[in-house]
Amino acid sequence: MSTHSEEPRPSGEIDYMTDTRPIAAGDTAPGCKKRDPIVVAENVTRSFGGINAVDVEYLEIPRHKITALIGPNGAGKTTLFNLLTGFDMPNSGKWEFEGNSLAGVSPYKVARMGMVRTFQLTKVMGKLTVMENMRLGGSEQPGERLSKALFKGLWGGREKEITAQANVLLEKFKLDAKKDDYAASLSGGQRKLLEMARSLMVRPKLVMLDEPMAGVNPALTQSLLDHIKNLKAEGMTVLFVEHDMNMVRHIADWVVVMAEGKIVAEGPPGEVMKNPAVIDAYLGAHHDVDLGDAEGIKELAAELVADEESIVGTENAGIIAIDVVASESDEARHKRKDSE
Amino acid sequence: MRSTPKGSPHRRPGRLLKVIGAVFASVVAILLVVAPASQATSPSPTPSPSITTFQNNISGFLRDDARAPIPDVTITARSGDFEGTAKSAANGSWSIGVPVQGTYEIELDESTLPEGIKLADGQENPRSVTFSQTSNLSVIFAFGEGIVVQQQDFGQNLLNRLVAGLSFGLLLALASVGLSLIFGTTGLTNFAHGEMVTLGAVLVFAFNAIGLPFWLALILSLLGGGLFGYFQDAGLWKPLRRRGTGLVPMMIVSIGLALAVRYVIQFYFGGATQQLPYAQSAEIQLGPVSISPNNLWSLIISAIVIALIGIILLKTRLGKATRAVADNPALAAASGIDVDSVIRIVWVTGGMLASLGGILWAYYRPGVTFDMGSQILLLIFAGVTLGGLGTVFGALIGSIIVGIFVELTTVFGLAADLKYVGALFIMIVVLLFRPQGILGRRERVG
Amino acid sequence: MDFGFIFSSAASELFSPTTAAYALAALGLAVHFGYSGLLNFGQAGFMAVGAYGFAISTLTFGVPFFVGLVIAVICSAIFAMLLGIPTLRLRADYLAIVTIAAAEIVRYIVTTNQLTAVTGSANGLAAFEGGFYAMNPFPAGSYMGMNNRDFFIRIVGWGLVIICCTLVWLLMRSPWGRVLKGIREDENAVRSLGKNVYAYKMQALIIGGVLGALAGMIFTLPRGAVQPANYGTELTFFLYTCLLLGGLGTVLGPVIGAMIFWVVLSLTQGILYGLIESGAVTWLNTVQAGQLRYILVGVALMLLMIFRPQGVFGNKKELAFA
Repeated sequence: MSTHSEEPRPSGEIDYMTDTRPIAAGDTAPGCKKRDPIVVAENVTRSFGGINAVDVEYLEIPRHKITALIGPNGAGKTTLFNLLTGFDMPNSGKWEFEGNSLAGVSPYKVARMGMVRTFQLTKVMGKLTVMENMRLGGSEQPGERLSKALFKGLWGGREKEITAQANVLLEKFKLDAKKDDYAASLSGGQRKLLEMARSLMVRPKLVMLDEPMAGVNPALTQSLLDHIKNLKAEGMTVLFVEHDMNMVRHIADWVVVMAEGKIVAEGPPGEVMKNPAVIDAYLGAHHDVDLGDAEGIKELAAELVADEESIVGTENAGIIAIDVVASESDEARHKRKDSE
Repeated sequence: MRSTPKGSPHRRPGRLLKVIGAVFASVVAILLVVAPASQATSPSPTPSPSITTFQNNISGFLRDDARAPIPDVTITARSGDFEGTAKSAANGSWSIGVPVQGTYEIELDESTLPEGIKLADGQENPRSVTFSQTSNLSVIFAFGEGIVVQQQDFGQNLLNRLVAGLSFGLLLALASVGLSLIFGTTGLTNFAHGEMVTLGAVLVFAFNAIGLPFWLALILSLLGGGLFGYFQDAGLWKPLRRRGTGLVPMMIVSIGLALAVRYVIQFYFGGATQQLPYAQSAEIQLGPVSISPNNLWSLIISAIVIALIGIILLKTRLGKATRAVADNPALAAASGIDVDSVIRIVWVTGGMLASLGGILWAYYRPGVTFDMGSQILLLIFAGVTLGGLGTVFGALIGSIIVGIFVELTTVFGLAADLKYVGALFIMIVVLLFRPQGILGRRERVG
Repeated sequence: MDFGFIFSSAASELFSPTTAAYALAALGLAVHFGYSGLLNFGQAGFMAVGAYGFAISTLTFGVPFFVGLVIAVICSAIFAMLLGIPTLRLRADYLAIVTIAAAEIVRYIVTTNQLTAVTGSANGLAAFEGGFYAMNPFPAGSYMGMNNRDFFIRIVGWGLVIICCTLVWLLMRSPWGRVLKGIREDENAVRSLGKNVYAYKMQALIIGGVLGALAGMIFTLPRGAVQPANYGTELTFFLYTCLLLGGLGTVLGPVIGAMIFWVVLSLTQGILYGLIESGAVTWLNTVQAGQLRYILVGVALMLLMIFRPQGVFGNKKELAFA
């Protein structure tokens, strides 16, 4: 793995937003090598009662890029997140972050190394103020040591620094007006923003966002997307979990697709979404739709057609009973319009 | 992290207050009925061997190495200001009534011994003795040349303790299965379960004391236990669940309930130890095992009841519904199970089981006191935790292990007044290495 | 009924050494439960460790007062660590069960006849307070109606309460305290920010336990005796009542809670006894009146938890649990 770092790393002057050098080191394929990986995982498996929740043979996350981890419900995305960040122990496998092995490393040490995550169910401290939530994220605080906590003189300076850092971030995330409110009073979307801002207090190298857009109202979604893009601009690497293909195609440089615990595809968003394996994975996820009967396929088609940019809509990938879809899709579109 | 809506229609503190009041009123009412009677009766309904006015006795038999009784020996018990003296009777028996359970210094006046009879070597005199949970404490003085107190043959003793431990474990299981069912279905760690145990024994005593036949007292006590469970859930826990009260606050509420009920019981029952009918019985020999008939009955009854509970859980619709609720209440509700009524049934069953456990515990100790339930509450917890929180069969196995362990530790040299320490210690050690308990898994067992 | 006497004896409870001991122990629980979310149901055990640690080192090993004090504090810290190692990684209810079991183990061990020579078994230990009163700077005489011993123990007890409250306040306003409050709400979130949650919980457990041990000493010094029966599980539950009365997440809450607890207990006792003596109440005897108070404590604990979990003065928004 160390071979990947042979190529000189982009120095500080490189604009990560316009860096168009290829991400993959060779051909794009599931488990392919990256030009400059930040995380490398090998043979990571985790099973719950006989079911393989995660079974990743090989995965590299590219540095200074936004990588989306997508897949249907139950694909093992969050479990992989938990494994990579030390919140869960895999049954086997090894993985490393910037060349340091993370096997058996406790979550707080992982975070200190610069790999910080958020949670699917937002975890903000509702009974602390927004500002206190932010300060909690600050790293290397002498006042967090019991031996120095009693004496404000020993930690007051650092407290001022992190407060300043927090103020900048809160302003950026438009939470500055709320900084003295209890976090419990924030809306769901604001909590997501706060959680993201708080994770940035750690000054991470890799930010891992677990469904940052879930439960966020559409008005806030755009600003969240912008924030994620900004992280890249500031030199951070982003890995995020998402369901919604639309969101993904807007901001991700690289997409990794998981299904049933395995990596089934990866590549730039445009390519991945045409990949039959991905379509399979997603259609397989519509378990409420019975693909065996025409009624079910109609339903599915309606769903897909309604999404202007949906993967199936853009190209007639002939993998399901395409004739049924084609013949009924117009009708479905009308139905859809009627209902709107 | 979404907070529950505060203005939900369920939040009616006034009503909740009323129902809590109603629960207390009903407990108090039940106890009021029996209170005058229990106060009026003599300390013990069964003829007591001692004629002293005290509830607690220190007693023993003096026999020489030829097993002949030694009469007219003076023995003194002292503790603080208290001093009591007794002379051994013609059959060698002596008994000193003492005001409170505690530690006493017992001294045998060696000058009153007949000539030629001496205390055996190594017999401490005076010695300090302590009551352990029961109202009677026997002290043995051994006499004769070079006689060491002859222990029962080790294997024999082991077997006896094993059977006694099984009996104790099964009666613990009656209480812990109920506790475990309640924990499984509602998530509540119920610290008031000990009081449910006490109530069973106290009700039998009370109903018997007002002159009802023993069998009727038993049935009424079980019904009383069930009713207590019913009213607890209807008046307290269900409203709290509907308010969305967290598990930790509910746990603390159960502690408050435990304190209140314990002292309500003491208020009416008093602080003394009372005996249930037929509490005293000679041991019988059953093959190689000697066991008291009460312990044998206790063993048989609790084994049958637990087997019934197991069959109900595994075979009947109700049992399956219960396990479904324990597994995932939301899912169970979605699949058409009336979760609230299943929980209500669990509370009633738990109350009846605890009552039965309490009655059997009163015979095992033997004696009824207002705090008898809280004495074994931690052993019940230990059983439940050992087996795995929330697993019914785990609770059964855990309780049996605790029961046997408690009895066996004395065989292996641990002092009798430390026998509960062993069980609690084992629980902590098991948590260290297998936090989910012996049977605990991700999937719940029953 | 002599209301003057009833009220003056209730008022004297305000600053009694026992109230100071309850305040200290409840302050320890506030560090555990109020600030860190650790459900310690074995505070009575910590108090027993403190009281016995001090008494045994004084009586058996004949050490001077301050050495005994240090030994008691060290014992309670070790006790906290022993409890914390197996349980701090587990769910909150496990800690509750293990701590209550450990407190009972301590009580059984100091009660057993096997160790009578050291612990005095059920009778407990006495006459270890000489070293403490030998340091009394107040000459014999009357101080606000108290003799010099009573006055001295009150000064020391409440001085200790003030010092400990200040220390806890300083700790809780620091970033260290902020991490604890974060852990109380969501320990995984705190972990994800690079904090060693286990170490913080252990530190909190030890600090609260040491406060409990100091409380145990203050509790036992004016009595000049330590007896195992005083350290049952009910003591812990009374402390929780104090804590909930005053408010969980505050420094002064436990102190005010302990004061309310004892004043109300004293008032109810005084009034009930008065009513019984004057013949106004015939359905009670004095023993039952004593039991009635404990019923009230239980009911108060329930009602507080249900209707005012933030305590009499607490702020609901800062409540430790929803």
